[in-house]
Order: sequence, then C-alpha cells, then structure tokens
Amino acid sequence: MPNLWQRRKVVNVAMLSLTAVFTVATIGILLFILGYLFWNGARSLNWNFFTKLPVPVGETGGGMANAIVGSAKVLALATLIGVPIGFLGGVYLSEFGGKSFSSVVRYMTDLLNGVPSIVIGIFAYALIVLRMKHFSAFAGGFALGIMMIPIALRSTEEFLHSVPVALREGAMALGASKSQAILTVVIPAAVRGIVSGIMLDLARVAGETAPLLFTALSNQFWSPGWNHPVATLPVFIFTYAISPYPDWHQQAWAAGFVLLTLVLVVNVIARLFLSKGFSHAPR
Amino acid sequence: MAATTALHRGARAGAPSASRRTGLASHWLYALTFLSAAGVILITCLIFLQLYWNSALARQKFGWHFLVTEVWDPVNSVFGALPFLFGTVVTSAFALFLAVPIGVGAAVFLAELAPRKTSNLLTFLIELLAAVPSVIFGLLGIFVLIPILQQFVVPALKSVLGFLPIFEGAFYGVSLFSAGIVLAIMIVPFIISVSREVLLAVPRDLREASLGLGATMWETTWKVVIPFAKRGILGSIFLALARALGETMAVTMVIGNTPHVQASLLAPGYSIAAVIANEFTEATGDLYLSALIELGLVLFVLTIVINGAARLLILATTGKGERHA
Repeated sequence: MPNLWQRRKVVNVAMLSLTAVFTVATIGILLFILGYLFWNGARSLNWNFFTKLPVPVGETGGGMANAIVGSAKVLALATLIGVPIGFLGGVYLSEFGGKSFSSVVRYMTDLLNGVPSIVIGIFAYALIVLRMKHFSAFAGGFALGIMMIPIALRSTEEFLHSVPVALREGAMALGASKSQAILTVVIPAAVRGIVSGIMLDLARVAGETAPLLFTALSNQFWSPGWNHPVATLPVFIFTYAISPYPDWHQQAWAAGFVLLTLVLVVNVIARLFLSKGFSHAPR
Repeated sequence: MAATTALHRGARAGAPSASRRTGLASHWLYALTFLSAAGVILITCLIFLQLYWNSALARQKFGWHFLVTEVWDPVNSVFGALPFLFGTVVTSAFALFLAVPIGVGAAVFLAELAPRKTSNLLTFLIELLAAVPSVIFGLLGIFVLIPILQQFVVPALKSVLGFLPIFEGAFYGVSLFSAGIVLAIMIVPFIISVSREVLLAVPRDLREASLGLGATMWETTWKVVIPFAKRGILGSIFLALARALGETMAVTMVIGNTPHVQASLLAPGYSIAAVIANEFTEATGDLYLSALIELGLVLFVLTIVINGAARLLILATTGKGERHA
C-alpha cells in the first residue's frame, strides 16, 4: 500500500513537471526565434536596405525599398477592403442581428477565417487576375482584404457586445434613435477594443506570403501604379531565402528581421492597448 | 435587446417629426450592416464556386481518379493529386503527433498550475509565437532547423530506430520530417491557447471534489478535468489540424517539393499548398491550371470540414462558443 502511494506521488510530480517543461520549451522557441533573427538580421541590416532598390546577384549595397513601399500599398488596400465589411458586419451581429441569421453569419465567418491563405490567393486570382489579364497590387490587396474580414468582424462584435446595455438605454431615453445611439454612444465606447482588434488583424496579414505569390506577384523595380505587379517584403523573404546566393540570404535575414519586428511591435502595442490587459485577444 | 427596441419605439412615438429622419437613418445603418454581414456568407460561398467552376476542365477529364492517381506530369498533361494529398496528410499527422502532447501539456500547466498572473503573461508570449509569419518559420527552417536535424537529430534517430521503414534511406535535409517539425512548432500555440480556455471553463467544484476524495493533482487533471473538457480539447486539435493542412510557405520551403509517395519520413515530399504555391504562376495550359485549382478545391473542402467540426466541438464544451469561438 505505501508503495502505491509513493508511486502516485512520483507520477504526480513527474507529469506536472513535464507540463511545465512543455510550457518553457514553447516559450523557449519564441525567445530563440526572436534572438536568432535579431542577431542575424540586425547584422545584415543597413541604411541601404530602406532606401535602395534590389541589385542583381554579385553586386552589393542593394536594398528592399520597393518591397517596403509595396507592402504598405497592399496592406492599405487590404484595410480599405476588409475593415469596412468586417466592422459593419460586426455592428450588425452585435446590434441588429436576429438569432438564426446571426449564427449562420458567425459560423461562415469562422469558416472563412479557416480557409487556407493559398486558397484565398486562388480566389483573388480567378476573380481579378484572370479578368484583368495581369498581376497587380490591387489583386494582392483584395486577397489580404478578404483575409482581414473574419477577425475584424468577430472582434468588432465582441467589443460592441461588451458595452453595457444601460448605455444604449440611456442614449435612447434621451431621445436618440437606435442608429444615433449606436453611432454616437455604443461605438465610441468600444473604439479602443475595435482599433486593437484591427491592428492585430493587420499584423496577421502583414506577414502573409502565399496569397500574394500569384496576385501581387513581385517586382525588382518600383511599381508604376496600383494596377501593376508589386514587390512585398514577405514574397522577397521567400524568393531570397530559397535562392542559392549567400548575399541574398543575408538580405532575407534583414527583411525577416524588419517584418518580424513590425508584426510583433504592433501585436504588443495592440494587446497592451486593450484595457483588459494581457489575455483575451481575439483570434 | 427587446427592451431597447421597445424604448426605441417609444422615442419615435413621442417625437413624430424628428423620428422620420432618424428612423430612416436607422434603416440605412441597418441595411448597410446587414449587407456586410450577408457579404461574408456570399464571399465564402463564392470562394467555393470559383474553385468549382475554374476546376471544371480537370474534374471532367480525370473525375474521381484525380484523387488516387500518383502521376503528376505537366509535360504529358497527366495530373493526379495522390502524392500531394499524401504529403499533406503525413506532415500534418506527424505535426499533430508532436504538437498534441506538448500543447495539451502546456495548457494544463497554464490552466491548472501556474498562478493567474504568470499564466496570463506566458499565454501572451505564446500568442506572440502564433503571430510570427509563416515565411519566417520557413526561413529558420531552412537555415537553422535543417542543419540541426542533419547533424544531430537524424543520425541519433537512425541509430536507434533506423530499422523502421519510416526512418529508412538517406536524409538530405528537405523532407516530410522537417516539414512536420516546422508545422508542429507553428500549431502548438493554437492548441495551447484554445485548450487553456477550455480547461479554464471546467467548473471548480469538480476539481475540489476530486482532490477532496484524495486524488493527487495529476490524477484530478487526467481523470476528471481533461475528460470533462475533452470535446473542447479535441476541437482545438481539429483547429490546429486545419491550420497544418493549409499551411503553405513554411512547408514549401522545407518539404523538398518532390511528388512521390514513399514510406520514409526522411525522404522529400510535396504538399497540396506547396505545389499550388510553386507551380501556379508557371502553369502553362488551361488543363494544368485547372488541375492546380482542383487541388485548391480539395484543400478547401478538407479544411472546411475539419474547421466546421472543430467549431462545433468547441461550441459544445465551452457553451460560449457562439460568441468567442
């Protein structure tokens, strides 16, 4: 009998320590990724990276200025397409939605969120690139915009829903119509959360590569407009990383460092910005 | 909500002249938001329809044989999805095999053992890991993970388990094995953060009753808490599986891009997402393109089914899934 009790105690301590080890290992991987990229990326980074165009293999001193601007363009387009639909859809679910239609919308939103990014790329290709007969920044922005909708929608809904009913009732008791109450009381009360949700959303699609491969394509030069192929940071990281040239690998590390820094800084700011504190960010 | 609508009507009745304008504004806002919400349904359906229409050529030519044909030969216009299905399923299964114990274990630690503040901070860090772009995982996979595997892990594995057919043959770095490990690292954060929430939703009384009966902390977790939360945990695993199946960049960079079906994990392979990423812009001819789009359709259906099941499972356990899925 005492033997059994000993064994149970040992199993208890062993298994519980193992769960701690798993947690530490997971966080260790994050710290390793951060450390390695910062060490390797910062070394390869210099002023040229931000100001110069890419140079052919063998020459030194090139940069990725066009990819930085290109990423900004594509992300701006994505925000213009994805955020309004997501935001308004979220307002509908939280303020107007009936029971059954809303749950269909919620379910479809979650499914859309789970559609692989490469499939969204095919969708944008079929809808835009095939019609216009060429790759463009617009098609890339459209693909990322579609990817932004689900999180923008669900986080808007969640934060609007957390606004107390008393606020709405107060506004209406003062004579405001439902839309006035929503526009002037409910949305302002939730604006912090909604903005943080959209920032997280943007950070997520900023690193997306797959949907851009055959929508925005890439470009070694400045893109002359919205209707032409455009270079983006994630696509450059991919093409440079799989190339056989050590110079390009260094550039890929530098680009990876810049991209990761941007994504993580936006993530941290958005999560701190949430009044709730650290946890409970929308996925 | 009913109360606010009643109030709203009251306000309108009290001020008839102003109400027409504000009532109209309400309708506009309603129409606009309704259209956006309906737009989401439309977009999701349209994705399916676009994939379906644009793959018509390949579907008519190959029928269901597409799924079991092992040949992928663009030169002779013979296309079969089997090597890619195989690669996708094997890498995802291997990733789950590694990630599930680690993810659920870490979730147990965060939900049951760690003090709430520490737990929140650690979860915050783990969610940052989930935010790392997949192309960065690919970059590290090529230049860090593969050299480590080549130098230490695979020689050790081969000396102990080399007799197994899954560890046969030469190892060139890029392989199903490497892709599975990268995928495992990428999906662990999802398993942890969803499972943790599911575990936190388990009623406290259950734990107290079990501990009160003399069970140890681990026995309580293993025999009471986890069985209670098992559907939600399964949901988190399905969610992670759907991610792994559709993951593109990191896999493309380390899987080796060779369309073969072999027993060995150490051999290079190919996945559905990777072949689309690599060959889509080079696809010459309508049949080729249409075969790639049909691969996209297969991937879409696969992830939708698994995602749908995951959402239902999580919804069934946490009960709050309606809003926070």
